[in-house]
Amino acid sequence: MAAKILTVDDSASIRLTTRVALSNAGYTITEAVDGMDGLSKMRSGQFDLIVTDLNMPQMDGLTMIRELRKLPAYMGVPVIFLTTESDNELKSQAKAAGATGWLTKPFDPESLVKIVKKVLGR
Amino acid sequence: MSFPDPIAVFRTEAAELLEQIETGLLDLNHDLANKDQVDAVFRGLHTLKGSGAMFGFEALAAFTHHCESAFDQVRKGVVPATHDLVSAVLNATDHMRALIEVPAGDHDAASEHLLSTLRLAVEQAGNPDAGTPVKPAAEPRMTHYRLHFSLPRNAMANGTNPLPLLDELRELGECTVEVHKSCIPALDDLSAGDLYLSWTVNLKTAQPRSAIDDVFIFVMDEMELSLEIVDARNEQADEASPVAEAAPTEAKSNNASGTPVRAESTAVTKAAPQQQDAKQAKSSENVRVPAERLDELMDRVGELVIAQSRLSQLAGSSGDLQLRAVSEDVERLSGELRDTMMVLRMVPVAQLFGRFRRLVHDLAIETGKAIELITEGETTEVDKSVVERLADPLVHLVRNSCDHGLETPEERRAAGKDPVGRIFLSARQAAGEVIITIKDDGRGINRERVRAKAEASGIIAPNAVLADQELLQLIFQPGFSTAQQVTNLSGRGVGMDVVKRTIDALRGSIDVTSHNGTGSEISLAIPLTLAIIDGLLVRVGAGRYVIPLSAVEECLELSPEEDMRSRGRSFISLRDSLVPFIRLRDLFNTNTTPDPFQKVVVISTGSERVGLVVDQIIGDHQTVIKSMSKLHHDVATFSGATILGDGGVALILDVGHLVAAGQHQEAQLRAAG
Repeated sequence: MAAKILTVDDSASIRLTTRVALSNAGYTITEAVDGMDGLSKMRSGQFDLIVTDLNMPQMDGLTMIRELRKLPAYMGVPVIFLTTESDNELKSQAKAAGATGWLTKPFDPESLVKIVKKVLGR
Repeated sequence: MSFPDPIAVFRTEAAELLEQIETGLLDLNHDLANKDQVDAVFRGLHTLKGSGAMFGFEALAAFTHHCESAFDQVRKGVVPATHDLVSAVLNATDHMRALIEVPAGDHDAASEHLLSTLRLAVEQAGNPDAGTPVKPAAEPRMTHYRLHFSLPRNAMANGTNPLPLLDELRELGECTVEVHKSCIPALDDLSAGDLYLSWTVNLKTAQPRSAIDDVFIFVMDEMELSLEIVDARNEQADEASPVAEAAPTEAKSNNASGTPVRAESTAVTKAAPQQQDAKQAKSSENVRVPAERLDELMDRVGELVIAQSRLSQLAGSSGDLQLRAVSEDVERLSGELRDTMMVLRMVPVAQLFGRFRRLVHDLAIETGKAIELITEGETTEVDKSVVERLADPLVHLVRNSCDHGLETPEERRAAGKDPVGRIFLSARQAAGEVIITIKDDGRGINRERVRAKAEASGIIAPNAVLADQELLQLIFQPGFSTAQQVTNLSGRGVGMDVVKRTIDALRGSIDVTSHNGTGSEISLAIPLTLAIIDGLLVRVGAGRYVIPLSAVEECLELSPEEDMRSRGRSFISLRDSLVPFIRLRDLFNTNTTPDPFQKVVVISTGSERVGLVVDQIIGDHQTVIKSMSKLHHDVATFSGATILGDGGVALILDVGHLVAAGQHQEAQLRAAG
């Protein structure tokens, strides 16, 4: 069974890049446009991994990560966040919020797939 | 259900192993320092030897053992990999095939001959002064780390799973893992989401320290990690690691003195079974199923799809809402089942491409040409039966490129080209089809010679006017061969017409392009699967027909005025372009009264379009293809038949043929002015 991944990003082009890279690698992709949308999609279906941007309108990534860790169904589900700069402050904030790993933008499809494989362990 | 014959299973497995070994060897030939390939070849030989012995192929096991030992020395850095050594083992793989096919035959002489070549190659590799000097394989420096780590309490809740981390460590090298459970609290104090374990890992790896850091990259800041390097002296005293890690260093010193050391190699083989076990444990997640069972399953799914469409029809005509709901569920489920089934049958074309590397290697030697094979898109997946049936035509096309397409190094130099000829083999998926391209950078197809040859053998009339594509397609005509002399390679009775016939049978198409002096390219477009297609069900007179949906571009109405106007011309204008159409009523000699409003279904293959005039468009229909009986196999208009929901039969239209007929009709009309 292909792992189901939710990608949360307000940029359509980043969503497309992640979708193409991950679906080529055999994953099933659902997209959300911001934190609110992401949480509502997480409530209506179970995902094996979340890939999210941090800086988004409506609800930012940090808040979304904190909120999703409160959902029993998302305890232990890996969350990878995308960050534009390798800002250590933001990184540790996101880690404290409950994120599993990160990927620095701009990224190439291979490193995204590599990191997804790493956290999914398959 | 019966269990498959273990010998047969071994033979299948051995064939795969040999293919892997060959691939590894050929890769190694390009890059002698490639440690991964050395390991891959060694593992393959090791497994082949082991299972050979288990299934009673004693001769094979004994013979393979020598090759394995040779590679073990390469693996341990005792001798470097050399082209001679790789060639010797490559030749040995052919002999292994013989040993598997005829285990009882008299192979002793051949075995001895091959082994002496191998021994010589090993000796020369071990003692470069005795033979041609070769670059030694990069010798990995093994470091033995002992790391102790624990992850933050909430690591698991935050999505970090320790098991994949341990797996990643295992991938770095030889690894033993010890888990410490002392921190687990009493049940009352235990929080289910928290992580209380810590680990000690003994890791021997050639990877740098940063590789270990990479494993823990996401938890590095919060975790506790202590890492010590256990050096070689401590190691020998260390009971916990029985394998003599010092072997490579010792071997190196011995190697310098000029004598390859066998004693070391036997000492270090002990390490192999452990690694092997780890690999095998991973692969045991796959289940091997005989292809016939998949075919059986496919048939059942096909029947289910038919039964389901009858159910849908019944449910649709009855007013029972509950029945409809169930029928919709069944429709969805059978659709999903069909999709899953399709995926099960898909295999990557890498299997198919793999064998060409050996073929090209051999052809290069036979023809005295320098040929490089470049493959692309090996992960593209195709239905298993398609892959099997593609093998022969592709072999023929690749042979043809090597033999006729590419020039000799001298000719290439004279033409100002790189003396090494290249053959590109690529696969990609495009809209329900897989496109396989064989391209070479050779001399291209000589159009004058094609024409002359076709005229001489009566395939075309002298001075016939042909479009370029038509001219090039002549090479696929039966009885056609432009080779001035029949060579061992291409002239073996199978012509390009066989290629064409096989591709036609797969409902595929062939496209040829060629440029004088720069090479030719042959593209095969093959449907992803043969068993089920989505079709458009139409009615002509009283008969129902299915048009493959992937070929349908659009449907439109043929108004009576346009119908009248187009009489005798058979063109409709479609957004400023003229599209020829075929009246299926005429084609099928239908005598019933035509419907007042005729419909045109525009179908296309690639760039060419043609309209089909039908009486009624019934709707889309999932079609399980039943092939035509032998009696009807030469009927060109239809590619098969299918059973409809109501039990009736519909014929499936052969789109390729109809488009060609439409274009032909157009050409005739244009010619007539």
